[in-house]
Amino acid sequence: MELQYYLILSALLFTTGVIGVLVRRNAIIIFMCIELMLNAANLAFVAISRSLGEATGQVFVFFVMAVAAAEVAIGLAIIVSVFKHRETINVDEVNSLKG
Amino acid sequence: MSLELIVVLLIAPLVGFLINGLFGKWLKGNEKLSGWIGSVAVLISLICSIIAFASLQGGGTPFDETLYEWITGESFAFNIGFRVDALTTVMLLVITGVGFLIHVYSIGYMHGDAGYTRYFAYLNLFVFAMLILVLGNNYLMMFVGWEGVGLCSYLLIGFWYDKKSATDAGKKAFIVNRIGDFGFLLGMFTLFAAFGTLDFVAIFDAAEADNFQKVFGTSTLVIATLLLFVGAIGKSAQIPLYVWLPDAMEGPTPVSALIHAATMVTAGVYMIARSAVLYNIAHTGEVVAWIGVLTAFFAATIALAQNDIKRILAYSTVSQLGYMFLGVGVGAYASGVFHLVTHAFFKGLMFLTAGSVMHAMANELDMRKMGGLKAKMPITHWTFLVGALAIAGFPFLSGFWSKDEILHSAWGSSPLIYIIGLITAFLTAFYMFRLIFVTFYGESRVEPDVASHLHESPPVMWVPLAILAIPSALIGLLLGWGGHDSWFHHFTKSVFPEAHHEASGNVVLFMVISSIVGLAGIAFAWMRYSKRVPSTEPTNALYKLIANKYYIDEIYNALIVQPIKNGSHYLLWRIVDNGVIDGIVNGVASVIQIIGGTLRRLQTGIVQAYIVSMVLGIVLFLAYYLFFG
Repeated sequence: MELQYYLILSALLFTTGVIGVLVRRNAIIIFMCIELMLNAANLAFVAISRSLGEATGQVFVFFVMAVAAAEVAIGLAIIVSVFKHRETINVDEVNSLKG
Repeated sequence: MSLELIVVLLIAPLVGFLINGLFGKWLKGNEKLSGWIGSVAVLISLICSIIAFASLQGGGTPFDETLYEWITGESFAFNIGFRVDALTTVMLLVITGVGFLIHVYSIGYMHGDAGYTRYFAYLNLFVFAMLILVLGNNYLMMFVGWEGVGLCSYLLIGFWYDKKSATDAGKKAFIVNRIGDFGFLLGMFTLFAAFGTLDFVAIFDAAEADNFQKVFGTSTLVIATLLLFVGAIGKSAQIPLYVWLPDAMEGPTPVSALIHAATMVTAGVYMIARSAVLYNIAHTGEVVAWIGVLTAFFAATIALAQNDIKRILAYSTVSQLGYMFLGVGVGAYASGVFHLVTHAFFKGLMFLTAGSVMHAMANELDMRKMGGLKAKMPITHWTFLVGALAIAGFPFLSGFWSKDEILHSAWGSSPLIYIIGLITAFLTAFYMFRLIFVTFYGESRVEPDVASHLHESPPVMWVPLAILAIPSALIGLLLGWGGHDSWFHHFTKSVFPEAHHEASGNVVLFMVISSIVGLAGIAFAWMRYSKRVPSTEPTNALYKLIANKYYIDEIYNALIVQPIKNGSHYLLWRIVDNGVIDGIVNGVASVIQIIGGTLRRLQTGIVQAYIVSMVLGIVLFLAYYLFFG
């Protein structure tokens, strides 16, 4: 089993996530893209861990998943309250921090 | 004499000031009380002064003690210390004696004024400052008093502060005095640099022993004394800084009597008399004498053509102060101070009578609208007549003795000064009796509505007048009999060094000449003004020049005030302040604004834009490490 295939897939997923975060305007989509990036990182962790025969990488993945769960909870709550205030979740319109 | 006595003498007016100044609000309903508090405070000082004076009789030693150390440094120490010798006690008696009578007079004069308690508070503060001035045993104490009386003078000239002319006059007095005070300060610095101390006794001893640092070489003392004299010129209203004194008549009339005739303006004479040792060594008396005699003459000519009673008296004061400087300038220190004493009485008296006239005439000052007041105001008339005869040098009245001594000493110094002084004496007699004839004699030109309540002043006013009239008439005879061997000369002999110029010539002859000149002035005024109304004054150019006071105020305005104003407006305000200083401040602000305006574009508020820059950064770093790392 070649490690590089997993890493290439991980890189592709991560890049997809980054591009999604950069180009999409819907906050929920952006959110999902972030999840995509996190999971791409998880994939790379697991693959390298397996390849090296060590468990450390897999432990990291648990941390990442726990943080991602918390982030989803808070992130969705923020999106809901933004929608209640602005009636939109288009991030271009949520720019009141403009200098 | 004890330190306690001096402290009580000094503190009493301060207490009066504090009571009237701090609790005046509660005294307002009872203005008599407030006035009497002020008067009693000065009375206490007067009693202490008399005790101090008595203890110096029969060759008592001068009192010189330190109350406490004020400022100490590594190489210097300034003390709150008092020196009471013959000169000091003479000044003390004048200040507290005349001061007390003027306080009492003010109780009546200021009746019903809205600022009654404030007035007495200022007046007491003035007495306190003046006492510091004469009691101090060093130049620094003198300077503190010097500035204190200047402040009170300012406050009292501008006493009716809702009148623009009064506040303007106050400011004028203050600013003109600043020029003089600057000279006084520089003089003090010079003395300190030379002697390392400001104590009178230490300085005079070192100067006599020629034991001091020659800061400016051999002319150290010349420079120091001339700078001190600049201070005297400002405070005592001599050429060229006399312009503030006539304007100072905007203040209440008792203030003019106390501050601008009897006491404060004579501080310069006192200072020079006190520094007599220095002036003798430096030989700068001649400058003092010339400035004095020229001022005396110049001011007397202006007084000839004025119609405002108080202004005539003001120019007369300037002129008489000139005589005093002439006296101390030619080395006749005792005579100069003697004239100071007699002048304090008769000029204070005349100002108070002028106040009495104003009181009766609803504050009218123009004597063309008076005339024939003698019938309605006999006491005022008689007391004024005493004062006028005294100043005119009528034989055996006060002014006769003191002025004659000065002129006699002047003859020994320079016959030219003597002649100018003699002419001035003639002019003095003339303008004073012009004032008397126009005001008190002839037909009444009083306007009908004023004439209906023309009245003699109440006793609280005329009693001080009557009391002042006695010393005005007699003090010269009592203290000055015998000329240079008089009681006054003996009393003050310990203070003053020997004069340069021994007075020469026959004393009696000089007295006769002075009397004739004075009487001639009176006679001339009688011929000219006893019948005629002054609307027939000549209208030639000379008269116009004098009536307009030689246009000195206008000249100063054009040469000094306007250039400074314009310079301040156009150069300092428009260019320096608005252009340079505001330019720098606003320039710094706008540069920062431009930078900030550029940078704020980065803060778009669009989260994705931030992420783009973040991702770009990461990519760049990665690329760098991949290809160059």
